[in-house]
Amino acid sequence: MTAETTITESLAKVPTGIAGFDAVTLGGLPAGRPTLLCGGAGCGKTLFAATFLVNGATRYDEPGVFMSFEERAKDLATNVASLGYDLQDLVGRRKLAIDFVRVERSEIEESGEYDLEGLFVRLGHAVDVVGAKRVVLDTIETLFAGLSDAAVLRAEIRRLFAWIRERGLTAVITGERGEGQLTRQGLEEYVSDCVVLLDNRVEDQITTRRLRVVKYRGSAHGTNEYPFLIDHRGISVLPVTSAALDYDVSNDIVSTGIGGLDAMLGPGGFFRGSSILVSGVAGTGKTTVCSYMVDAACRRGERAMSFVFEESGAQICRNMTSVGLDLQRHVDGGLLRFEAARPTLFGLEMHLARMHRDIEEFQPNLVVIDPVSALHGPRTELQGTLLRMVDMLKSRGITALFTSLRNEAARDQTADLGLSSLMDSWVKLLDVEASGERTRTLYMIKSRGMSHSNQMREFRITAGGIEVVEAYVGPGGVLTGTARVIQEAHERAVALRRRQDGERRRRELVRQRGAIERQIAELRASLDAAEDEESLLFAEDDTREAELERERLVVSARRGAAE
Amino acid sequence: MPESDEDPAAEDADPGQYHLRLYVAGQTTKSLLAMANLRRVCEEHLAGRYDIEVIDLLKDPKLAAGDQILAIPTLVRRLPPPLKRIIGDLSDTEKVLVGLDIRPKAS
Repeated sequence: MTAETTITESLAKVPTGIAGFDAVTLGGLPAGRPTLLCGGAGCGKTLFAATFLVNGATRYDEPGVFMSFEERAKDLATNVASLGYDLQDLVGRRKLAIDFVRVERSEIEESGEYDLEGLFVRLGHAVDVVGAKRVVLDTIETLFAGLSDAAVLRAEIRRLFAWIRERGLTAVITGERGEGQLTRQGLEEYVSDCVVLLDNRVEDQITTRRLRVVKYRGSAHGTNEYPFLIDHRGISVLPVTSAALDYDVSNDIVSTGIGGLDAMLGPGGFFRGSSILVSGVAGTGKTTVCSYMVDAACRRGERAMSFVFEESGAQICRNMTSVGLDLQRHVDGGLLRFEAARPTLFGLEMHLARMHRDIEEFQPNLVVIDPVSALHGPRTELQGTLLRMVDMLKSRGITALFTSLRNEAARDQTADLGLSSLMDSWVKLLDVEASGERTRTLYMIKSRGMSHSNQMREFRITAGGIEVVEAYVGPGGVLTGTARVIQEAHERAVALRRRQDGERRRRELVRQRGAIERQIAELRASLDAAEDEESLLFAEDDTREAELERERLVVSARRGAAE
Repeated sequence: MPESDEDPAAEDADPGQYHLRLYVAGQTTKSLLAMANLRRVCEEHLAGRYDIEVIDLLKDPKLAAGDQILAIPTLVRRLPPPLKRIIGDLSDTEKVLVGLDIRPKAS
């Protein structure tokens, strides 16, 4: 027992360096123990195993031994060269030893008892030569085809695994998937520490590779089936969503790059890290709107990544020059990356795995998926995939922009992929057809956590960019485009006439009032004259009365004297 | 050199010198048994025209890969060609003779 086995007892783990797999297994494979890697033909067992060794040799300074029972060293080197691994170089630098064990039944005659000590000697020698910490046996079950005494083989394989543990070697043993059990020869009985199952399923003519950790003694591990990807950048496993909704939220506001659209949002843009859905039927300008947001992000010096399923990146760059956007310079400047692929190229999981890897690599601030509705698959799987996609982006604080063609039944829960509830903001682009004309309008269906305009706006895509104008909303209904222009002109004319009418009436009133005032003045003058006359008459009457009185007194006086 | 006591047909087919190599790993029971069995068979059927080389892989492990040694003990017929392998303690003489392509003596 070496010091290494003591570490094993506290369950030390050895990283495989395979993106995602170490996350699923919370650290990697059990150190100093054998791990069984099983799966059908063409699942990627050998590549997985080779990756484990190559990463060990190049990244973790743990040399390895690849004992192949199926492929010659040269063939193996050629095969894994497709992942960008140079085995010959590693062998040359004594970081890796490859031993091809040829088992050919026709060349071997059996006479009497034997054991597999020769295999032990070879493995032990190879391990000693490079100082290996990692071992791959690919595929040890081939022995059963070459040798007839299964009882001896089983005993020897059991002894081999014990020997691996004793030497403290972290081993990956591959096995063909068998009927009713994980491997044809029931190797899982001997390797009980960790069993990983690889699978390659075809659904709707699309192949998806999946990986599952069947068991991992003494350790928690992700139990789901995780899609994984093999391409020229190696193997990557996509750790399916951590179901927790505990990502950090940002109060940062990012501008959309379209003034009019910003103005429709209370804070003047979307929250950073939110998910935005731009939906609309074909030709409503989804890609253009997205490109503006991309341009705005790149102008701020942020990184943007665009997953496009319908056009190539170059085509989008060219098309956007017609609306005054120069995306190519962002691409050249390294701030923008397009990843174009036909939706049917991979299954959903593969798309997700690919995005996951590309996002890890590029570390963008903004991700565009255009259009998300292009992804096909069974309903439940599609929803699950989208959910994980949104979660993956959110947990990284990446602003996500999805476009969707499915517009007709947008509010219909059964038809919108469940996207609507996943999204924080939803901009709907709508074609309004009226009087032989099609105009583009947009409105915000929702935008979580902010006030937003409820109005429908018309927007025009011009050579100068996107211009958002307020639509005509009046008694005549909502009008857009030329109809709006005509209606506005009409309203202006009506208003002018109304104003002129008013002025005319006001002038008339002023005139009437003047006439009445004049009449009043005339009457007042007559009244004055009458009053003068009256007072004159009263004065004459008084004088006459006085005169008569005086004369009567005189007469009476005279009469009195005469008597 | 044809043996006088073999029939002419076998003499024609007889390719001459046998160069045999026996791989063992330490002095185990199986190894010792294999060595004894091999000597007996050779003396009986190939007297005077064979040589045996015994390789102990515990002393020389790097030789194991060269001859594609897997099981122990393994007997390899280096000469005459083609290369032949027999695994086991060689207790089944019939199979050893078939494996080495030696016709048993007509009895």
